Amino acid sequence: MTQPVNSPQFKENARKALDDAYLQKALARSEKGFIERRKAAVEKLPEYDALRDNARDLKDHILAHLDLYLEAYERNVIATGGHVHWAATAEEANEIIFGICQRLNAKAVAKGKSMISEETGLNSYLEARGIRPIETDLGEYIIQLRGETPSHLIAPALHVTKEQIEADFRRAHTELPPERNLDEPTSLLAEARAMLRDKFLNVEVGITGANFLIAETGSSVIVTNEGNGDLTQTLAKAHIVISSIEKVVPTREDAVTFLRLLARTASGTDLSVYTTFSTGARRDGDPDGPLEYHVVLLDNGRSNMLGGKFQEMLRCIRCGACMNHCPVFHAVGGHAYGWVYPGPMGAVLTPSLVGVEQGGQLPNASTFCGRCEEVCPVRIPLPKLMRNWREREFERHLQPAFARYGLGIWAAFAKRPALYRRATSLAMKFLRLFGGKGRLRALPLASGWTRHRDFPSPQGETFQSLWKKRSGPR
Amino acid sequence: MKSREAIFANIRKSLRVSSDDRLRHETVTARIQKHPRGIIPARGQKPDRERLELFRQMVESAKASIAILETKDDVPTAVAAYLRSKNLPQSIRHGDDARLSLIPWAKERALEVTKGASDGAQLASVSYSFGAVAESGTLVMVSGADNPTTLNFLPDHHLVVVDERDIAGDYESVWDRIRLSFGANKMPRAVNWITGPSRSGDIEQTHLLGAHGPRSLHVLVVRNS
Repeated sequence: MTQPVNSPQFKENARKALDDAYLQKALARSEKGFIERRKAAVEKLPEYDALRDNARDLKDHILAHLDLYLEAYERNVIATGGHVHWAATAEEANEIIFGICQRLNAKAVAKGKSMISEETGLNSYLEARGIRPIETDLGEYIIQLRGETPSHLIAPALHVTKEQIEADFRRAHTELPPERNLDEPTSLLAEARAMLRDKFLNVEVGITGANFLIAETGSSVIVTNEGNGDLTQTLAKAHIVISSIEKVVPTREDAVTFLRLLARTASGTDLSVYTTFSTGARRDGDPDGPLEYHVVLLDNGRSNMLGGKFQEMLRCIRCGACMNHCPVFHAVGGHAYGWVYPGPMGAVLTPSLVGVEQGGQLPNASTFCGRCEEVCPVRIPLPKLMRNWREREFERHLQPAFARYGLGIWAAFAKRPALYRRATSLAMKFLRLFGGKGRLRALPLASGWTRHRDFPSPQGETFQSLWKKRSGPR
Repeated sequence: MKSREAIFANIRKSLRVSSDDRLRHETVTARIQKHPRGIIPARGQKPDRERLELFRQMVESAKASIAILETKDDVPTAVAAYLRSKNLPQSIRHGDDARLSLIPWAKERALEVTKGASDGAQLASVSYSFGAVAESGTLVMVSGADNPTTLNFLPDHHLVVVDERDIAGDYESVWDRIRLSFGANKMPRAVNWITGPSRSGDIEQTHLLGAHGPRSLHVLVVRNS
């Protein structure tokens, strides 16, 4: 694992995030937009839910035949003159890419957005060996200037405000006149465009990710709104695709099923601006395009997830909808999760890929409200999978003693219904004594809760006593 | 090669399958050969006239502009008018596509026409689209000398001609045409689906046009080609 893992510090990270005024401002702004845009796009497509069922079944079919679809994909990449490299680990993927760059004497590489390259820590690997990676997606470019990692799958700079971007640009683009006006977001965009244009035209190697790999044709597919991925791969001498093994789909028609879901769910548009299908290198007579085409396929623990309790997570198409709808993500942002993948999908995937010892905190960061599962385009039962991790964490005694004792005490009551009922109604009366009809601002032993929000004072009776009254004695 | 074998061995171990299970091979081969269609939204399934109207609406909602022309001979005037409306020099670049060479560019005397790929110095390019999809207002471009890929991305303004009869309701119909033109499991080096001009939402989630690709996209539909 090359990208350092900071997930065991989730609680500490979350605390810092809640106190970060810039971050809270950025998060508050993003929440509404994503949710409303997705809703509007979905409402315009009556077939949306049927497509989700199809996509779920199709992914299950692919995963059950993953070895064979990968073999077919590899055959077809080779048939079109491309090269396929297999990487069992992150380190190996980095070595392969470095090897290609070295052979081509690359001093700098342009990069389209790729979460797999974040997973392998490719940028720092190349930098340490004298090759300069240049991120070209605007959001990735911004966070690269800031020395940060993405905080969201499709909006990597979600946590950054306009004022911060302006300050970063002034610090980084020292060749431009300092008195220039950057008040408007359009001037920031224009400046990034101008700075990067020259880079696109002068790098030897372009690296992109892949949203899908098509077995039928040996094509890789990328989806962008900016066109940066296309300039990255079209203008360089070599195009390197870095992807993971579960991205393969059988046919072009199957890719379409996922594409109809991806942009709608991710950003609320029918389709992203650019959907590009790349098959091999420049052909005879082609006036442009890369001279070499390489695909690096990363496993990094995914093959272990097949056939087990977490296989459903491999259906993920990285749209980001689960985090866009997650109350925990909205409160703490993506960096608190401490590794590459944030939000509910990260809470399930991180322990799968880095181990429950390091990622086991994350599945606990959920209220189990279920919104993530409701919006997932491939219907991943995220709360169920998080529960699986919690059980595993409990079985392996990985929780802090405090949590284990707490659960033990709760279990002692829960197993004795009469005692449980008496205790809860007593606790309710006690809480109401202090909170009245309003909200409690502080609670003994629960400052972790009340520090950032009030605790509602219980109103009326317990659920069980209400239920009993409603349905009469049994 | 060691990792390749290890990855395949581990996939098969986890799935509890063997590499020589005939039924699994047949299932996979059949799906690839038959490439069954998934669910196709009713939205794009419209008769000719209405399909063109849907395409127009979707192109505009993707923030591109569109002009509907009766014949190819109307293209030069429409291109010149567009360049004037954007205060651009009367100059375009296009590839070797015979359909573009047959356009009577000379009708617009001031219009300078150059041929070839883009090196980033051109402000406006003209491409001929392989097809289009009404469902989402998407243009389907294929790479090659006829319509070099760089013309789709480097100039500030991209003008794309598309024949009305090539506007399909759905993406699947365009895949079928690609199979007819290039072979059963073949693809051109690049197929670019383009839906509107380049944009970014990375600065505080506000959508701004003109990120790295063209700042504007203008579609010219030719009704009788």
